[in-house]
Amino acid sequence: MSEAKSTSVITVASTKKFDIGELFLEGRAFLALVVIIAVFSFLSPNYFTVSNFLIMASHVAIYGLLAIGMLLVVLNGGIDLSVGSVLGLSGIVAGYLMKGIELKSFGVILFEPVWVVALLTCLAGAVLGGVNGVLIAYLRVPAFVATLGVMYVARGVALLITNGLTFNSLGGRPELGNTGFDWLGFNRILNVPIGVIVLALLAVLVGLLLSRTAFGRWLYASGGNMRAAELSGVPVKRVQIAVYALSGVCAAIAGLVLSSQLTSAGPTAGTTYELTAIAAVVVGGAALTGGRGTVRGTMLGAFVIGFLSDGLVIIGVSSYWQTVFTGAVIVLAVLLNSIQYRGARK
Amino acid sequence: MAAKIKSANKANDAADLVVLEARNVSKSFGNIHALKAVNFAVLKGKVTTLFGENGAGKSTLMKILSGIIQPSGGEILLDGAAVTFSSSTNARNRGISIIHQELSLAQNLSVRDNIFMGREIVKFGQVDFAEEERQARALMIELQQDIDPLTKVEDLRLGQQQIVEIARSLSVNSRILIMDEPTSALSATEVELLFRVVEGLKAKGVSIVYISHHLEEALQITDYAVVLRDGAMTAYAPRGDIDLEWIVRNMVGENFDLGSPPNGYEMGKVALAIEDLTVPSKGGSAFNVVDHLSLSVRAGEIVCIYGLMGAGRTEMMECVAGRLKPSGGRVLLEGQDVAGLRIAERITSGLSLVPEDRQRDGLVQTMSVGQNLSLASIRTFVKNLFVSNADEVSLIERSIKQVHIKTSGSRAAIGSLSGGNQQKVVIGKMMATNPKVLLLDEPSRGIDVGAKGEVFKLLAEGAKRGLAVIYSTSEVGECFSVAHRIVVLRRGRISAEFTANTTKEAIMAASGESNAA
Ligand SMILES: Nc1ncnc2c1ncn2[C@@H]1O[C@H](COP(=O)(O)OP(=O)(O)OP(=O)(O)O)[C@@H](O)[C@H]1O
Ligand SMILES: [Mg+2]
Repeated sequence: MSEAKSTSVITVASTKKFDIGELFLEGRAFLALVVIIAVFSFLSPNYFTVSNFLIMASHVAIYGLLAIGMLLVVLNGGIDLSVGSVLGLSGIVAGYLMKGIELKSFGVILFEPVWVVALLTCLAGAVLGGVNGVLIAYLRVPAFVATLGVMYVARGVALLITNGLTFNSLGGRPELGNTGFDWLGFNRILNVPIGVIVLALLAVLVGLLLSRTAFGRWLYASGGNMRAAELSGVPVKRVQIAVYALSGVCAAIAGLVLSSQLTSAGPTAGTTYELTAIAAVVVGGAALTGGRGTVRGTMLGAFVIGFLSDGLVIIGVSSYWQTVFTGAVIVLAVLLNSIQYRGARK
Repeated sequence: MAAKIKSANKANDAADLVVLEARNVSKSFGNIHALKAVNFAVLKGKVTTLFGENGAGKSTLMKILSGIIQPSGGEILLDGAAVTFSSSTNARNRGISIIHQELSLAQNLSVRDNIFMGREIVKFGQVDFAEEERQARALMIELQQDIDPLTKVEDLRLGQQQIVEIARSLSVNSRILIMDEPTSALSATEVELLFRVVEGLKAKGVSIVYISHHLEEALQITDYAVVLRDGAMTAYAPRGDIDLEWIVRNMVGENFDLGSPPNGYEMGKVALAIEDLTVPSKGGSAFNVVDHLSLSVRAGEIVCIYGLMGAGRTEMMECVAGRLKPSGGRVLLEGQDVAGLRIAERITSGLSLVPEDRQRDGLVQTMSVGQNLSLASIRTFVKNLFVSNADEVSLIERSIKQVHIKTSGSRAAIGSLSGGNQQKVVIGKMMATNPKVLLLDEPSRGIDVGAKGEVFKLLAEGAKRGLAVIYSTSEVGECFSVAHRIVVLRRGRISAEFTANTTKEAIMAASGESNAA
């Protein structure tokens, strides 16, 4: 129709485009991690050892699992304050199930195999997360308020179930066929703690979910502009519920790993962990306004925070100072974030 | 030729005083050269109109003149003296204000608060809300709009929001007023009013820069016309020397005809039937924005809907698409009632909507051009759980070519596109869903004549293959180039129906427009 028109259309194959700015910002959390490792290795000879890294990694696993779930929620433009409590309650649920369910009418006590316990615990996490999702998507309760409520309720229920006490020795008994609960927390494959492997697996799975599936695209779209996404045929409500349910599952997995590491489950486990998870997500470059963030970034964020706090413990800094340092690192990261987005808009 | 233009631009009648001038201004975004050594002058008490294709650099130049972005080269002269504007506030304090192409209102604030945002009237250390309200009310009366200054902006229609944006820049009392597509969502009556306001400002010595893709309309108030093309100025002339054809020739490089409605084929069965549809007004008050409306469109037919602001076009379309709930009546897609279907299901069964407000309803600002284009059809290229990359890339590239999106690549940020090109992305996205019925709500908002022609051609080709199209516009002229049938909406009802061989005047009279432009 028009020769002149088509010449004004430029389509450059952009796949090859190399953006130095982007690389720097992507690598920002990575840079922080390298700096942290370098500084602590310098300060303490015990820091830069394989065994120490593996120990630290198994600590990171807990936060990392929570942070992956939190990332999904944050990408959707929400927040999930309940993950710490859900983690605690999940441990209690697992402990309760391990102790056996007494069926009074039959006069027997039912001991489930460990995999059933794990599955039921994850299910409990999904249900709790689902409650968040329904409150937010259908009843239009703001995410902050809904998850704050569930945070209190879950913690309260955990305390009620145990009457404030802790389930100890969850090792199970061979004659009952329910041993192996400590497998998650203690065993190692090729010397790598199972918890870390679980984290890696989940990170890869969620990474694929975000980058390669339609669901991932829907999530980014509805976090970026809910109205536009809905008009483009994105099932925004279902995405929202799914995201909170997944966050609940992540918290339940973290709860299992933690109580397995400790072979005990306390009702107050995971208190304030939600804040650490949010910090990891933010340090990893995700925007709390939704639509921006990656699993890789979040993992780096989790390692930055984990390695920092363990490093401070190793070199013997007082726990008060640890808190101060952690806070400073978080603010620094967010500061860099706002520079990133201001730059991107121009 | 360039030298001639330059001298022409400067050596005007002695009476024409240059108040603001850009000299050799260039601007690059990475390796995109949006402006290449542009010279541009704003004359005192005159309307200088800037024409150019989408992405020609018009908005970029205006953002530089109003201090929103800084030029990469060249200088700006205000009253003959070189200046740098550190920010838009800085430029505003020196008497330059701008109406943005993409509205810049705070949705959660009231009309009053938006108008006075950043320059609140303060009395005894407190904001004088009463005085602000009084002034806001006076502005609305001047613009003859029935908008309460205390309504929240998010409750206003797009056209009304545009009025607020205009009111805000008028309230500044600046001596240079830049208007970047101020009328894209307005219908003829409001445009007429705005032009009257502009005449008044001119008489007071205010200089105006005007940008619009409604060429005929823009010619009405033009004193001097400037054409930008690919970031360079290609033509300059006073109003007396030019006509529509001159503009189009300089903009696109050829004569351009928007074509005529497709013909030479049989229309199919009724694809979309709207029966007795009623949509209540948002506030829950007694009247209906869509009032017992019935309309059916056959496969292969293109129906144009014309109406004033608030006639119910948007609400009708949003209701058909599933965004709004009707309070009565039904919608049949190929004979099937769509009542129970969600938006997503309607899209998969072949009913797509190109929404009116691209920023709010059309685009996901955090995603790239490519991801926006494929968003609505992403379901269709899922293979074994994963999205097929190859399918997606080929769809994106096809869309970019089809609707002529000017972009540095599919991975570019959506915000880096010019306004018109963003609009093309929204159109391309919904076209890619392979609809049977396509609803387009003011799709030509902000796109240039060439692109409009391409979109019309796409619609015509689609129609020949059996696509049913409902197309709404507030530019009457467009109806004749594409529509088989023209339906005029007035207060939620159909007030008249025409075939393509009617006159503008008849259509406008039926819409309730008093003065035929
Ligand atoms: N922030 C940015 N980053 C990268 N490129 C940009 C940016 N802003 C504008 N551009 C590019 O500069 C060019 C000119 O854009 P501009 O918005 O000035 O066009 P325009 O003439 O106003 O078009 P329209 O009629 O569509 O509004 C376009 O190619 C656009 O992609
Ligand atoms: Mg523009």
